[in-house]
Amino acid sequence: MVIFIALLASALRLATPLIFSALGGIFSERSGVVNIAIEGIMINGAFFAILVTKFTDSPWLGVLAAMVAGALTALLLAVLAIHLRGNQVVAGVAINLFATSITAFLLEMVWKRSGQTDAVAHALTGNPLTFLEKIPVLGELFAGLTPFVYLAFVAVAITYYVIYKTPFGLRIRAVGEHPRAADTVGINVYKIRYICVMISGVLAGISGASLSLGTVSLFREGMTSGKGFIAIAAMIFGKWHPIGAMLASLFFGFAEAVQIQASSLGINNIPSEFLQTLPYIATILVLSGFIGRAVAPKADGIPYEKGHR
Amino acid sequence: MQIQRESKIKIAIDNIKFPLLAIVFSFIIGAFFIIWTGNNPGVAYVELFSGSLGTVSRFGETMLKTTPLIFTGLAVGFGYRCGLFNIGVEGQYILGTVFTISAGWIFRDLPGSILPVILLISGALGGAIWAFIPGILKAKRGVNEVIITIMLNYTALYIANYVVRAVLNPSILQGTEKKAYSVMIPEQGRLTMLTEIFPSFGYSSVNTGIFIAIAMAIITWFILFKTTLGYEVRSVGFNPYASEYGGISIAKNITLAMVISGALAGLAGAVMITGLTYKVDMASGMPGYGFDGIAVALVGKNHPIGILASAFLFGILKNGERKMQIAGIPKEVIGIIQSIIIIFIAAEAIGSYWPSIKRKLTGKKDEEVKA
Amino acid sequence: MTNVVEMKNITKVFPGVVANDSVNFELRQGEIHVLLGENGAGKTTLMNILYGLYEQTSGDIFINGKLQNIKDPSVAISLGIGMVHQHFMLVEPFTVTENIILGSETTSGFRNTKLDMETATKKVREISEQFGLAVDPNAKIHDISVGMQQRVEILKTLYRGAEILILDEPTAVLTPQEIIELGEILKKLVAQNKSIILITHKLKEVMAMSDRVTVVRRGKVIETLQKEDTNIDELAELMVGRKVNLKVEKDEHEAGEEVLKVHNLQAENNRGTQALKGVDFEVKAGEIFAIAGVDGNGQTELVEVLTGLRKSSGGSFTIKGDDLTKASSKQILKHGLAHIPEDRHKRGLVLEHSLAENGCLGSHLNEPFSKHGLMNDTYIHEYSQKLIEEYDVRTPSEWVPAKSLSGGNQQKFIVAREMNRNPELIIASQPTRGVDVGAIEFIHSKLVEQRDLGKAILLVSLELDEVMALADRIGVIYDGKIVGIINGEDANERELGIMMAGGKAKKA
Repeated sequence: MVIFIALLASALRLATPLIFSALGGIFSERSGVVNIAIEGIMINGAFFAILVTKFTDSPWLGVLAAMVAGALTALLLAVLAIHLRGNQVVAGVAINLFATSITAFLLEMVWKRSGQTDAVAHALTGNPLTFLEKIPVLGELFAGLTPFVYLAFVAVAITYYVIYKTPFGLRIRAVGEHPRAADTVGINVYKIRYICVMISGVLAGISGASLSLGTVSLFREGMTSGKGFIAIAAMIFGKWHPIGAMLASLFFGFAEAVQIQASSLGINNIPSEFLQTLPYIATILVLSGFIGRAVAPKADGIPYEKGHR
Repeated sequence: MQIQRESKIKIAIDNIKFPLLAIVFSFIIGAFFIIWTGNNPGVAYVELFSGSLGTVSRFGETMLKTTPLIFTGLAVGFGYRCGLFNIGVEGQYILGTVFTISAGWIFRDLPGSILPVILLISGALGGAIWAFIPGILKAKRGVNEVIITIMLNYTALYIANYVVRAVLNPSILQGTEKKAYSVMIPEQGRLTMLTEIFPSFGYSSVNTGIFIAIAMAIITWFILFKTTLGYEVRSVGFNPYASEYGGISIAKNITLAMVISGALAGLAGAVMITGLTYKVDMASGMPGYGFDGIAVALVGKNHPIGILASAFLFGILKNGERKMQIAGIPKEVIGIIQSIIIIFIAAEAIGSYWPSIKRKLTGKKDEEVKA
Repeated sequence: MTNVVEMKNITKVFPGVVANDSVNFELRQGEIHVLLGENGAGKTTLMNILYGLYEQTSGDIFINGKLQNIKDPSVAISLGIGMVHQHFMLVEPFTVTENIILGSETTSGFRNTKLDMETATKKVREISEQFGLAVDPNAKIHDISVGMQQRVEILKTLYRGAEILILDEPTAVLTPQEIIELGEILKKLVAQNKSIILITHKLKEVMAMSDRVTVVRRGKVIETLQKEDTNIDELAELMVGRKVNLKVEKDEHEAGEEVLKVHNLQAENNRGTQALKGVDFEVKAGEIFAIAGVDGNGQTELVEVLTGLRKSSGGSFTIKGDDLTKASSKQILKHGLAHIPEDRHKRGLVLEHSLAENGCLGSHLNEPFSKHGLMNDTYIHEYSQKLIEEYDVRTPSEWVPAKSLSGGNQQKFIVAREMNRNPELIIASQPTRGVDVGAIEFIHSKLVEQRDLGKAILLVSLELDEVMALADRIGVIYDGKIVGIINGEDANERELGIMMAGGKAKKA
């Protein structure tokens, strides 16, 4: 039972960055912009969270910095994808590479070494709602959580509400499906897309902060290790729906937790690598329609040209 | 004849104008980062180029770094010519290394006259098989190749780790203790070091792989521009509807282009194994050659000759960055320059939309009427 | 009766084309006013100006007597103008209500951030009852019929308080039953004082639905008539007009054996509805058989099926006796097909390829263009030089990409390529669309030349004068069927116009 609780807490922690980033992906893609840059935005978020925490000694300011850094990185994607109508995938690849280099550069400039930063004194690795730990049995679980885990679920609820229950959400979905139709009823397609891509950056930025501030209290080069792409997988697996993406993230997080703790769980006959490939293979199967069918928003990845033809 | 040559040259200049500008601008932006570090950009760039081209052995090292980039650049470029964005070169490369090392073990008793060839073919096969999956999915089910290939990259990474850990590990095949890498390929399967032929290459590990890479660039050029296959691939890439009209099968060419692209990526892995590492290491992340290949292909305008040139440029950057590091300039500046080049390329639309921007500024409208 | 819309001296110039030439147009309160004209006459352009999608080059627009500057659709909406576009502007996965309220949402709850779907649905129900537009507010768009979708589009405008409705070719996608229902809906709308502009080229509908008709031809208003004062024959004549007769030198020519035989051919369009409903005809060697008809009656699908670019859903066709119904475009090309496609940019050319590379498209696998998989560059270049020379294609060289040529020269190059295939059957689909007069004459003379060489030619054209000038026999297509076949010399414009519009041909 103790092992199981620990496994669950670990799964929740591992799912957290995936949830944030997948939600970010949903905002961007629902409005029609493919966001391959999530990985890079996470890197920037993780780095600037630590950087600002180091200088202000306030991890929450660090989170704010991650959000700002994420939004600005996403703004670059937005300009390339929306106004310049560039290839969104190329732009994403470029931003990922840029984030890797710029953070490594700044790391060296600030900490005078490469590889990883020093740990910050105050991070957000502990459970903020300590009273929950008094609950029998489940208390153990809550003790293993971080503020980010709670925030992730709040973000799911808010995303769901915004996308499905507000006029703004209706317009986002319209712009991602049929931008011209939205245009003819007076909706500013570009504006909606800019806002969505930047929201996507904010969420992926928090996701990065949850990796650095929420786990090891430091920034390490390569610490995202493809989590941005797993988040994209979760988004697709969840069919571009916040609840679906959350469930997919939890599933992928759980698979990773099992893989990490395989030996203590007594699972030795399944190679750990097979558990690691699970998110990717699942996504391929869903995308190609072998199990279920995930269909992207119709205008996803297609630049919109204003003007009236 | 004169006019023809002129228009051909004009087309060529139009094609390389933008990448060259992108490179120049990126170096200028890179200079600001160097100034930020308190160094002189002039000195830094001299270090960069002397570090990669200053002596024969440095040049050799640059060629060594260029070798895989040529292959992966060609791989991305070939796919692009057919309208495919093969982000999966990374994974196809990995599968190429796994196939090469497996073949190295299976055929370890074959003589040196044929073993290297078999190893190279095996690597290409590995990449081709891995690329066949997104190819056939796109051709038959219309599934977008971008996400599929990203997912296959990571799948390949973990498969390789599994194979290295549990199948091809020396501890299993040779009874040694557990290693974080695979068995080695036999001596007679390895490519020749150039320094063995030309001692002036000194410490450089550059090997005959560079010749294979250049040969592949020429072959790829030949396929693309001199054969019916290349003609069909390029036609589908530019305009699938017109291709269909001209009796060209879209599905066949998409699958084929993807497989060829994957084979080139796999070959990159095979040359890396047979020329330099002789083994596969367990890895926690992507080797990065595939993503570099995207940059190389974009800067080289997806033209094999352009790819040769841009791979060489990126080879210089990769090799020279160490020399810069020694001179006290963070080598990450090079990464920043590389990424800014791609950002510019992604924004190439600035160039192609310039006429319409100009029109907006002058207040004229240009709309063609469809009668 | 007051004029709710007055458009005065509207001129719209696109580069090289005058789409509207000093057009005057008035809409009275409570009337259904038809804008009648052929494709490309400038009807839609005029209405796009009224809806703020285009800006007029010159001229004034008065709404309810006041001069207005309609710079974008939101201004038009606020002035009470609504437009139902020919291609629906509906978000497929959305519900009817969601589509209707998009952009003008009702809200409630915390700081009015919450979509109030209940109120919205109620309001949609109210409006739909008020105007007799029965729809299920909660149905998804992709689950309802095209006719229903059109109702949603109309509701969209009414929801925004439209008093003036523009409907662009509303019947093009409807079944006969749905057309009748639409007529009833429109009557209900005008009964409640709405004013309606209907764009169409179908004469029957004009007589059934309109109060007044304005006929537009080549960008100009020809006449505005009361429906009672006119009839189908007169309208057909006004719409088609007495155009400059195209002179084509054409001798009598004996038709030879049957080359193309089409039997009960059926096919679906991209929307999945039946576009060809059993087409029968044959084309003989040495004759030009023209398919005349208004756009969208199955011509595109017919040509695509015959060239292997679309799968048929029934029936068959043969070329020189070989059944090619299931054949690929490659196989059909091998049987001696030459095809001048209707959309040269989409199908006819790979715009980024050089002219030389475009010159061998479709024959690139044949010797001497290639051998053992290797392209014969020397021959390909010589060949395209020959095409350029013989067909007087204006280009600096065959090295330049096809996209750098003008439309007329691109088309001449395509014609050159296709004629030089040495075909048995030439399918020419709108071969002179959007090219200048010089190129038109040239292409026409080449088609006649090929006919005289004994080729079978299937000409599909929306231009009646082109059909009249070239055809030996004419098949009129309407609603996916050939409604009549007449001899070229017996044909007259009026009769053809009526048949094309779905009317019955009178016995001459």
